[in-house]
Amino acid sequence: MSASRKSTLGRSGESAIVRWTLICIALLFLTFFLVLPLASVFAEAFANGWRTYVESVRDPDALAAIRLTLLASGIAVSMNLLFGLMAAWAISRFSFWGKNLLVSLIDLPLAVSPVVSGLIFVLLFGLHGWFGGWLDDHNIRILFAVPAVVIATIFVTFPFVARELIPFMQAQGSEEEEAALVLGASPWKTFYSITLPNIRWSLLYGVILCSARAMGEFGAVSVVSGHIRGETNTLPLQVEILYNEYNFAAAFSVASLLSLVAVATLAVKKIIEDQAGVRGGQV
Amino acid sequence: MGASSTVPARDPAGNSTGQSRAAKGPRFRFRKPGILPGFGISLGFAVTYLSLVVLIPLSAIFLKTATMHWPRFVATVTSPRVMASYRLTFGASFLGAAIDAFFGFIVAWVLARYSFPGKRIADAMVDLPFALPTAVAGISLTSLYAPNGWLGRYLVPLGINVVFTRLGVVVALTFVGLPFVVRSVQPVIQELGSDVEEASASLGANAWQTFSRVIFPTVVPALLTGFTLAFARGLGEYGSVIFISGNMPMHTEITSLLIVSKLEQYDYAGATAIASVMLLTSFALLLVINGLQARTRKFEEKS
Repeated sequence: MSASRKSTLGRSGESAIVRWTLICIALLFLTFFLVLPLASVFAEAFANGWRTYVESVRDPDALAAIRLTLLASGIAVSMNLLFGLMAAWAISRFSFWGKNLLVSLIDLPLAVSPVVSGLIFVLLFGLHGWFGGWLDDHNIRILFAVPAVVIATIFVTFPFVARELIPFMQAQGSEEEEAALVLGASPWKTFYSITLPNIRWSLLYGVILCSARAMGEFGAVSVVSGHIRGETNTLPLQVEILYNEYNFAAAFSVASLLSLVAVATLAVKKIIEDQAGVRGGQV
Repeated sequence: MGASSTVPARDPAGNSTGQSRAAKGPRFRFRKPGILPGFGISLGFAVTYLSLVVLIPLSAIFLKTATMHWPRFVATVTSPRVMASYRLTFGASFLGAAIDAFFGFIVAWVLARYSFPGKRIADAMVDLPFALPTAVAGISLTSLYAPNGWLGRYLVPLGINVVFTRLGVVVALTFVGLPFVVRSVQPVIQELGSDVEEASASLGANAWQTFSRVIFPTVVPALLTGFTLAFARGLGEYGSVIFISGNMPMHTEITSLLIVSKLEQYDYAGATAIASVMLLTSFALLLVINGLQARTRKFEEKS
């Protein structure tokens, strides 16, 4: 009797009807709210055929936007990766005064909305900002130029690597590293042959989340970029400009590139979660 | 690198003097001794970078607000157009987070407990709003609900207009908030021990009683955390909303957009005033979220 009960009833005794109703509700909700928006990007991108698609993607302004997006996210990811490693090493391997405060402060940029993140750098580097006058005197352009785009991207993606690495390295403990050091390995050797292999999946996970956000950031970059075509437009900003000009096919073509990156991100993320058992925190 | 200024109590020789210090008896020590290297450089770099990239820039907003004339600050942040934008932003974020809490709970439940075809893909898809750039989400939702769009062509004849209405703002915020609820609730449902459920069933409870009296109360802190995270994310959301909302002042204009339009008119003081209100709200919500997460953890440790 118990065997047949198990096959028709769920763990807490719900019937198969309840189970399949819940599955259908969940799948319908995911279809309407997630699958359809994603599918419509590609449908709209190819609405006018392959030729229009290829032309839109090979447009010089679009290519410039791709280059700037790769540059800004490349710099942001490598800087925040270095920071994440340093912060995680200090926090997970030593106990010191003020550690909890430091951990909380690292998450701070997540609480700042994208537009406000951009505004901060307008206040710093704008003409009437803290450094605006000095920068203007020395003919250095930061705001409404590439440097501001890079800095804003660094700010919004700041915590991503660190917040994956810190809990992971804390859970792992430092016995292996201590053993290596006691046995005479140099600090660098210990890092390369013990620490790095141990944290590689968690590190990759953080880097993937960080680069997805860096490439897709819109609000913060929009405030500081100045929207100069071919110069300070990232891919998401290029999408906005094309869309506002009612050039929908081109807007969705460029958007489809970002969507492909998003789908690839989800796939790699899922693979890491399944293969290595790494489960990330909230983004 | 600034290590020396940020790490005042670190001895220059590193770890070797740790023991001799400890021998002197209990006194304030900045860090506990150990054999691992790299404390000074890693903490020094982390604190310096954090200060340069986050703390100093963020302080600009509060210092700028502090220099504002107080009555003018109050007049700016309580003007009718700004108040209308708060009502929309808070209301739509709340509704979006509530829809996410309801459906997100079902999605998390189904993913955690049942097996069905396509489950792995569904699980991966939940994170789409994290991975898809907000501007892309904005234009695709708009095209979906437009009168000739895949969903709009059925909804508009029924009198349900999503594009350029407040409903559109709710739809966009529901989209961006969903993963927060699912990813908060899913691990808790997964961790639920079958022993309590079996105990409940063997004591004669039916499935609904077991769910509502045993399972649901355990999941509530996580569900509240997910709701609050989705709500907080909605308050600051910009890219996915501005395309679908139509941005009509007093009607479908969200607070983030108001900050941007003030900036475009070079009204830095006005933009900063509104931004500081939003920032204080986010920080308050962050405290609430931390409290809720601490409660969730306590629950997990107990079980």
